[in-house]
Amino acid sequence: MSNPKFIVTSSPHVRDVDTVSRIMHTVNLSLIPACLMAVYYFKLQAFLVILTCVVFSVLTEAVWQKLRGKQVTIFDGSAILTGLLLALTLPPRVPLWMAALGAIVAISLGKQIFGGLGFNPFNPALVGRAFLIAAFSVEMTSWFLPGAGVDATASATPLAGATVNYWNMFIGNIGGSLGETSALAVILGGAYLIYKGYVDYRITLGYFGSVAVLTAVFGADPIFHLLAGGLMLGGFYMLTDMVTSPITKLGRWIYGIGAGVILVFIRLWGGYPEGVLFSILLMNMAVPLLNRYTRPRTYGEVKR
Amino acid sequence: MKVKTFKQGIHPAYNKELTAKKALEKLKDPSLVVIPMRQHIGAPCEPLVQVGDQVKVGQKIGDSQSFVSAPIHASISGVVKAIKEVEVGAGGKSLAVVIESDGQNTVHEDVQPKGDLSSLSSEEIRKIVREAGIVGMGGASFPTHVKLSIPEGKTVDNVILNAAECEPYLTVDHRIMLEQPEEVIFGLKALMKAVGVNKGYIGIEDNKSDAIDAMIKACEGDSEIEVVALETKYPQGGEKMLITAITGREVPSGGLPADAGCVVNNVTTAVAVSRAIKTGMPLIDRTVTITGHGIKEPKNVVAKVGTSVSELVEYAGGFNGTPGKVILGGPMMGPAIHNLDVPVLKGTSGVLVLTQEEVTDFEPQPCIRCGRCVDVCPVFLMPITLANYSQHQMYAEMDKYDVLDCIECGSCSYICPAKRPLIHYIRLGKAEVLAERRKQK
Repeated sequence: MSNPKFIVTSSPHVRDVDTVSRIMHTVNLSLIPACLMAVYYFKLQAFLVILTCVVFSVLTEAVWQKLRGKQVTIFDGSAILTGLLLALTLPPRVPLWMAALGAIVAISLGKQIFGGLGFNPFNPALVGRAFLIAAFSVEMTSWFLPGAGVDATASATPLAGATVNYWNMFIGNIGGSLGETSALAVILGGAYLIYKGYVDYRITLGYFGSVAVLTAVFGADPIFHLLAGGLMLGGFYMLTDMVTSPITKLGRWIYGIGAGVILVFIRLWGGYPEGVLFSILLMNMAVPLLNRYTRPRTYGEVKR
Repeated sequence: MKVKTFKQGIHPAYNKELTAKKALEKLKDPSLVVIPMRQHIGAPCEPLVQVGDQVKVGQKIGDSQSFVSAPIHASISGVVKAIKEVEVGAGGKSLAVVIESDGQNTVHEDVQPKGDLSSLSSEEIRKIVREAGIVGMGGASFPTHVKLSIPEGKTVDNVILNAAECEPYLTVDHRIMLEQPEEVIFGLKALMKAVGVNKGYIGIEDNKSDAIDAMIKACEGDSEIEVVALETKYPQGGEKMLITAITGREVPSGGLPADAGCVVNNVTTAVAVSRAIKTGMPLIDRTVTITGHGIKEPKNVVAKVGTSVSELVEYAGGFNGTPGKVILGGPMMGPAIHNLDVPVLKGTSGVLVLTQEEVTDFEPQPCIRCGRCVDVCPVFLMPITLANYSQHQMYAEMDKYDVLDCIECGSCSYICPAKRPLIHYIRLGKAEVLAERRKQK
C-alpha cells in the first residue's frame, strides 16, 4: 500500500471544543440581559455609553496590536468584553468622551501594556473605571433615578443613603451605574456562566457569602448589601475574570472570601460608599501569591 | 449499581459506537511478519534464530537474561528471511526477525497445556506467564511476570483487572469481555493465585453496561471476584486512578501499585494468561480496534504480532477520504505514525485513522489562566505552571512541582481553551528532570 503523507504531532490528538474566543463571546452574550435592562431604564444614553465603550476598546486593542507588530485579534471577543464591562460600571449620564477615554485607558494601561490578553494582572475594565473615578470624581458619582428627565437633579445611590426597597433593587429600578442597578439581569447571566463552567462558583460564593456573613455580624443589612452597588456585577463578572483570578480551587475560595472582607470594610468604615472596585483590584494583586501558596496536594504525595 | 470514580479528569467524545457492536474477526494470516525484539518496557530480546531457520507457531525466537523483559515468539510458521533493524511505532528502531510464511501454521511441539490451575503453584504460574512472553496489553507493555513478582517487604491483597478502556474509540477490551468472559475470569483467578490473594476486582466503565452484565454473570457465585462499575471518565483506566476508584487507596509518589496493596493487569492480558495455561500458546496475536472516520469499515480484529499496519487498514476497507493522522492506540495517548509499514506489537490496542478534516491545526494562543488544566489533572499537578517552567528551562522548579508524578494522560492539553500543547512541554521537561536526577546519582 502506498504511503500518503500523514500529519504527525504528539498526543493528545483530540481537543475540547472550547476556545478562548468561544469563552469570551459566550460571556459577552450572557451580558445581554444586563445591557437590555440598562437600556430599558436609562434609554438611549445607556445604549450610547455601551456602544462607545465597546468601539473604543476594540479600536484601542487594534492600534496597540498594530504598533506592537502582533497579530490583530480584535474578534476574539476579549476587547468587546472589556468594553461591555466598563460601560456597565459607568453612570448613565457620563459624557461619551469620558467613556471613550475610560475604554482607551482600560485596554492600554489595563491590558496591552502588560503584553495583551492573558498577561494583565488587573481586570482591565476596572482599571479603566479606577482611572475615571480618580480623574473625574464628580461626573463619575452623579446618579439619576431611572426615567428621570434631562433636567432632573442628581440623586444618591442606595449606598449613599437613598431609601429603596429590596424589590426595586432586585429588578434595577434604582439609581446607579448601568449594570449595577438590576441584580436580576446580572444573576441570570452569571448563573448561565456558572452552568457553562466559565465562572467558578467558589469565587462568587466566597465573595457573596463573606459579604453576607460579615455585614450580618456587624449589624448591617446583608440583603441590602448584596443587592446594592456593583456587588452582583463584580461577583459574577469581574472578580471571576479568568485571567486575573487564581488557578487553584483553594486559591479561588480564599480570593473570593478575601474580596468580600475588603468590600465590607470599605463599605462600613471606609471613605468610599462603594468598595467593589477596590476589593477586586486588591485581590487581583494577591493572585500570584495565592497560586503559589495554594498548590494542590499531588496524588500520592509522601511526607518528606 | 453505584459507580465508582476518581477526582477530576475529562469527558472527551468517546466515538466507541463505530466498533462497539462489531465482533472480533480473525485476520487472515499474513504471508510475512516482522517481529521486533523490543516490544516491551525493559531489556530488548536477543534473536534465538538465524536467517534460513525453519520456525513454527509459538516457537521462542527471542529472549533476554534480564529480569525486566519478556521473550518473543514466532506468530506464524515458515522461514526466517532476515534479521534486521526495522522501524517500530512512531519512528523508533528495533532489531526484528522477519518470517516468511509456509502457509502451514504448524504449531511448535512445546505448545502444550500446562495442566489444571489448582495443580499449579504461584511460582509455576509466574514462570508460564514469563515463558509465554506476556506483557501488559493495555498499551504500556510492561512484562506481566514482573508485576506478579511482589518485591520483598510489600504485601498485596488484591488483583485488579483494568477493563475501563477509557481511551476514546478503542473497543477491544469491551469485545473480549462480551465474547470470552470465562477466559477473563480464568485469567484473573490465575493472576490472583500467582500473587497469592483471594480478592479480585474487574473495573469497567459504565458505558459498557453489557460487558458489566456479562462479567457479573460469568463470576456468579464466586465471592472472591467483584465487578466494579466505574464512571465513564478519562483517564479512569490510568493505573493510579483505577486503584483509587476501586479501593480508595493512593499509590505513593514514586511507588508501585504493590505499595497500595494492588496488582493491576489489563483484561486482555488476563485472557492471554488464561490461554497460556490452558493451551500453552504464548502471546503471538492480539486484539486490535481498527477505527476512526478515516476508515471505510471500522472493525475489531485479532491480528498476529508482526502483521503490518497497512494490512489492517486494507482489511478494514482502506481509507475513507483523505487520511490526516494514523495513530497507534487511542487519541489521548497513542503516538501518530508517518509510515504504515510498521508491525502490530503486543501492545498495539488500536489503529485510529482521523480524516484530514478532523485534524485541526491547533494554533496555540496566550494562556488566559482559566485554570482548567489544574481543575482536570488527575494527579493534581499545575500543568500550566509546569509548562511555563519547561518553556523557560527551569527544570529544578519543575521537579519541585512534582513533574515526575505526571502520568502523561494529556487531559491538560485536551481541555486547554488556548490550545497550548501543555503535555508536550511537560514531557520535554520531565525528560530533563530525569536526566538531571540520573546525573546526580
